[in-house]
Amino acid sequence: MSTTSDLVSPAAPTEGNTVSMVELQNVSRWYGNVVAVNDITMTLRPGVTGLLGPNGAGKTTVLHMMAGFLSPSRGTVTIDGRPTWRHPGIYRDLGLVAEREAVHGFLTAREFVLACARMQKLPDPVAATARALALVEMTDAQDRRIDTFSKGMRQRTRVAAALVHEPRVLLLDEPFNGMDPRQRMHMMELLHTLGERGHTILFSSHILEEVEQLSGLVQVIVAGRLAASGDYRRIRRLMTNRPHVFAVQSSDDRRLAVALIGEKSVSGVEIEATGLTVRASDYGSFTRALPRIALEEGIRLRRLLPSDESLESVFSYLLEA
Amino acid sequence: MSTVAYITARGLFGRRRVLLLLPLPALLITLALICRSYDIDPQQWGQPVIVGLGLAVVLPVISLIIGTGVLGSEVDDGTIVHILTKPLPRRDIILAKLLVAVGVSAVASAVPLFVVGVLADSTRLGLALAAGAAAGACAYSALFLLLSLLTRRPVLLGLVYILVWEGLLGRFVSGTRVLSIEQYVIAIADRIAPTTMLTGRVSLPVAIVMALIFAVGGTLYAINRLGSFSIAGETS
Repeated sequence: MSTTSDLVSPAAPTEGNTVSMVELQNVSRWYGNVVAVNDITMTLRPGVTGLLGPNGAGKTTVLHMMAGFLSPSRGTVTIDGRPTWRHPGIYRDLGLVAEREAVHGFLTAREFVLACARMQKLPDPVAATARALALVEMTDAQDRRIDTFSKGMRQRTRVAAALVHEPRVLLLDEPFNGMDPRQRMHMMELLHTLGERGHTILFSSHILEEVEQLSGLVQVIVAGRLAASGDYRRIRRLMTNRPHVFAVQSSDDRRLAVALIGEKSVSGVEIEATGLTVRASDYGSFTRALPRIALEEGIRLRRLLPSDESLESVFSYLLEA
Repeated sequence: MSTVAYITARGLFGRRRVLLLLPLPALLITLALICRSYDIDPQQWGQPVIVGLGLAVVLPVISLIIGTGVLGSEVDDGTIVHILTKPLPRRDIILAKLLVAVGVSAVASAVPLFVVGVLADSTRLGLALAAGAAAGACAYSALFLLLSLLTRRPVLLGLVYILVWEGLLGRFVSGTRVLSIEQYVIAIADRIAPTTMLTGRVSLPVAIVMALIFAVGGTLYAINRLGSFSIAGETS
């Protein structure tokens, strides 16, 4: 069986390997008196970016504006400088997997993806259809009507339809909904590969684990505002008002704790059965000081793990802020 | 454009809604056959069957079912997104859907009206009714397709237009007839095959110009509306 990389390899991204940027400039969107999105500025570059936010934060509104299905009340949304609103031409470079699962159920998977390829006016729609269906591992079921599919199969068919023209920008709203763990892994691998090959991919998800596995880059939206943007590990390190928590194991935990408490960047040390839990006020100073202290004390460090650098903790800190 | 028309036609004939097209034409032909078999004078049954049932109910209701079905059902279930996320001019999408709507509505209403016209009077009346029905299908389809982009309840609004505007007000308030597609159809058919069974209440030029305004104006407005199609803001 061919690997995901093999299958993606022909022409990705299309049209002379140019890359695409999605830009939101001071974008707001309101419905009557309700502000759904408030003055967001962000730039998406090639690679995989996760769009995070609690329910009702405005993620779907942002995705819909990027996809040209909502006009911003204020500001501009562009793909390579072209506004997305009222410009159907952008769909040559844009693929969308919307959250709503509706598909033309009376068609087979092959008919559906082929229709999408034809509407994209691809030079060889049949070959493009076969390639897209193979990418999402739907070749075996391609001649079954979509309304007989499970949720995960429908989702994969929709992804195939969105990928059939090998768009440079791919927007996915909750793409892993309904997929079993193996399909999820495959989809993650696929998105990874596309991202590495220069496609600009944005996916929203409420499952932090998925975002963590798939992408270090996140755009976090909270209450309609962009709360953070960039690599979540860097975002965490910039949160200087929250002590960084490290799990440390050494050859002599008690002696190391005594030495560490005298260090300026350390705000607390707890001795536990499994090792030390160290709270540091300054990430950089602590990580530089620790090896020096260990060396001076003649203590061997066995394990050093930032224990609150997960996306989950970053996300919860941002929500609390 | 042909792919959009193909999907639209498959969607239309793949839904149970299409079965609603059968009873009305069947009723129309059955009534005409019964009257004919009992040798009832066509002057007695012609007008109520042709105008009262055929032009006031069968043609507009069939056009309503089809006109709102070709786009409205895709808007309702969200599948329209798959067509809109393609680099197709919105004009092509509307024209493809309109083509299917007009074609199906015209055939489904013109054929029974032709049969009834032949049974009531002559082949000429049958052809006149078929031509009028085809013209009416164009105007009705454009109107109802537009309604499916303007409101979430296009069928209800369409029924209000058919039953209240054309059916009720059209009888008692003469001014409303200028905006009644049914009256354009009667005027066109009456001109092609003059008979006492059909009484045109608007002049032929008015009928033609107004039918064109409905068909072309409705299409252009629908194209413009589809260009600004927004997905309802269900944020998550």
